[in-house]
Amino acid sequence: MAQADAASLGGAPITAMVTADGVPLKKSLAKAERRRKITAFLLVAPLLAFIIFTFVIPIGSMLFRSVDNPIIVQVLPRTVDALQEWDGQDIPPESAFAAMAEDLVEAQANRTVGRVAVRLNYEMSGARSLLTATARRADDLAAPFQESLVDANPRWGDTEIWAAIQREGRRFTPAYFVSAIDMRYASDGSIERQPENQRIYVTLFIRTLMLSVAITLTTLLLGYPIAYLLATLPLRYSNLLMICVLLPFWTSLLVRTTAWIVLLQQQGVLNDILVALGIIGDNGRIMMVYNAAGTIIAMTHILLPFMVLPLYSVMKGIPPSYVRAARSLGANPWTAFWKVYVPQTMPGVGAGAVLVFIISIGYYITPALVGGQSGQMISNLIAFHMQNSLNWGLAAALGTILLAGVLILYWVYNRIVGVDNVKLG
Amino acid sequence: MTNVSAAADDYGFVRFANVQKSYDGEILVVKDLNLDIAKGEFLTMLGPSGSGKTTCLMMLAGFESATYGEIRLKNERIDNVPPHKRGIGMVFQNYALFPHMTVAENLAFPLRVRKMGKAEIEDRVKRALEMVELPAMAGRMPAQLSGGQQQRVAVARALVFEPDLVLMDEPLGALDKNLREQMQYEIKHIHESLGVTVVYVTHDQSEALTMSNRIAVFNDGVIQQLAPPADLYERPDNAFVAAFIGENNKLKGKVEQMDGQSCTVRLEDGSSVVALPVNVGGKGEPTTLSLRPERVVVAPAEGSLPNAFEARVEELIYLGDHIRTRVSVCGTDEFIVKIPNAQSHARISRGEMVRIGWAMEDCRALDA
Ligand SMILES: Nc1ncnc2c1ncn2[C@@H]1O[C@H](COP(=O)(O)OP(=O)(O)OP(=O)(O)O)[C@@H](O)[C@H]1O
Ligand SMILES: [Mg+2]
Repeated sequence: MAQADAASLGGAPITAMVTADGVPLKKSLAKAERRRKITAFLLVAPLLAFIIFTFVIPIGSMLFRSVDNPIIVQVLPRTVDALQEWDGQDIPPESAFAAMAEDLVEAQANRTVGRVAVRLNYEMSGARSLLTATARRADDLAAPFQESLVDANPRWGDTEIWAAIQREGRRFTPAYFVSAIDMRYASDGSIERQPENQRIYVTLFIRTLMLSVAITLTTLLLGYPIAYLLATLPLRYSNLLMICVLLPFWTSLLVRTTAWIVLLQQQGVLNDILVALGIIGDNGRIMMVYNAAGTIIAMTHILLPFMVLPLYSVMKGIPPSYVRAARSLGANPWTAFWKVYVPQTMPGVGAGAVLVFIISIGYYITPALVGGQSGQMISNLIAFHMQNSLNWGLAAALGTILLAGVLILYWVYNRIVGVDNVKLG
Repeated sequence: MTNVSAAADDYGFVRFANVQKSYDGEILVVKDLNLDIAKGEFLTMLGPSGSGKTTCLMMLAGFESATYGEIRLKNERIDNVPPHKRGIGMVFQNYALFPHMTVAENLAFPLRVRKMGKAEIEDRVKRALEMVELPAMAGRMPAQLSGGQQQRVAVARALVFEPDLVLMDEPLGALDKNLREQMQYEIKHIHESLGVTVVYVTHDQSEALTMSNRIAVFNDGVIQQLAPPADLYERPDNAFVAAFIGENNKLKGKVEQMDGQSCTVRLEDGSSVVALPVNVGGKGEPTTLSLRPERVVVAPAEGSLPNAFEARVEELIYLGDHIRTRVSVCGTDEFIVKIPNAQSHARISRGEMVRIGWAMEDCRALDA
């Protein structure tokens, strides 16, 4: 009040605030802030660089690879050009056959025909041998090239190979995604479902989802009472229990997984005990590993700490007076627990569930070792395409779909639970 | 003070009989507690930290069990009654309002678990909120309330299901001084208008003195004295209570002579004081004399008081309504005299010698 009066009395407009030495306050504040920001940036710079190199770049490159399609354009440029105008109905014009012959000669000389053959084989079975065999005798081809090529292999007379080249003669392609969702291009260029016996990925995605949900639920079911005990027991007992919970973290993943095999396999410890007790007959030994059950059991064990720790940290922060208050207000132990205690642990449940679910949806080693056929997850197939079939484009597309799925689920989760309600410790 | 001038047979609404409690099997946290609480009474448990007040409350509420002895509520043993069947309202120090429920839901909780009708719940919640003057806050979450408002909601929640007995464990401990005083008044007011029995725990003596019908002073697991506030202040039974409640001058000495109404005590510096024997053995026993600073008279008329001494003024602290004066007398230099800031009183200054005295009844000879 007094200041305002003084200012209006003096008739001077209220100017920007300045510091003692006359520098505008905003400016010196910005200067001080800048120094602080630079320090902060330098502190996080190593981690930032690490994350960029190990996370952002790989993921970016995966996203890129899932649509990247350079080979056909590079190796068969003339054919791609010549097919530009082709309507896809009849046999392509002679110019296309000529261009193909020319491209094949060059490809054979550059030793690039193998790559394009593999790439086209993804689109059309048999394309690999068609291209490599023809290319080997490409020098013998002569005009008229259509006859000459059909002579070399009658499949050049079908439109299928030409349609594939025309469709995939683009720098970027959705083809990997099409196969990643069990679809394929029909001969008329439309997209249709794969025949029944060749559909694998969608089922696998669904199974991955189911297994992850099952693992999340079992970890929650097993982890909740443990976390509760941890949070309420006197310190000396809870420390011991905590060590037991953390034990999985301290042993090698492989050792643990192998231990589960030893325990669960048909000739394993558990079956032996059951047989010895007479609960099952010797020829009725239960399959507990190399199937979905094996995956669930082993992964529940491995991921349990990720559920217990966030739950524990939330429960530790809930004073006993809440449940006591509920009891004194007339709630029986169950109501007090369910209506007062559990709602307050929701942030921990949310955090644990998100952690376990997201880790398990992309888990690879354990399902590979104990999953058998029915316990395989999508990550195992991605690994297969990375390491065995070398179809990196398809692997990238599958990975991208998985990533998108996780992000969508996370978004849904955020809408329902609210990520602000998640407490990670 | 209130409508509770409890007749003798009213006592026993709550009864602790020979109650002992140990958490670890080694130390008794509560030692042989005997306590009768009357219906409608406001009883405060007052005592230093760790003296076992909360433990007593928890045993009454059913969250701890007595190691020995029995606790009765309305003449029924409650040892085996689970907490939710005791029908005791409770206000916790941290309020324990359920953070995931609105204020109205918090208040409705005890009614819902009692399966009351929807209309009745609404009606009672509304009345409870009006009682604590927060009708506009029904839809808020507890985290959106101030400390004082949360406290009121907690009180309302403990009362909304109309229990006969409400326990409060330092409910005002987290509030600032002004708010605390206001809430003391409000809780007292609610107690009077509802006629509910309150057992209240605090370690703030002024809170205990202003609110209670009776105060049980705890120390070391034992009730040192159980009395109405005025008695506690004016007639402490032992040296602990005298020192714990209000300001108090302590003089140590030995009983030299004793007759029915008075005794003569020889202090360590050789001076002799006539005192009221309250809690002393016999002749030759050590004793602590307790004397309230405001009962000391400055410059008494010659011969009017049995105890009169020359004292040297060591320190004067001006406190507005009175002047707190520290003097050395009878071998101590920690002797406090409160001189009212009245016109009739002569000004004294530091280093001066003054004559002070006190009546026999104001000087209580207690245990050593
Ligand atoms: N759950 C418990 N386990 C073991 N010892 C306990 C437990 N609760 C309290 N004690 C011990 O019992 C004694 C009395 O505790 P209590 O909580 O009753 O004191 P209090 O009078 O309420 O003190 P304050 O004013 O600090 O709240 C203390 O020495 C305390 O250490
Ligand atoms: Mg306490």
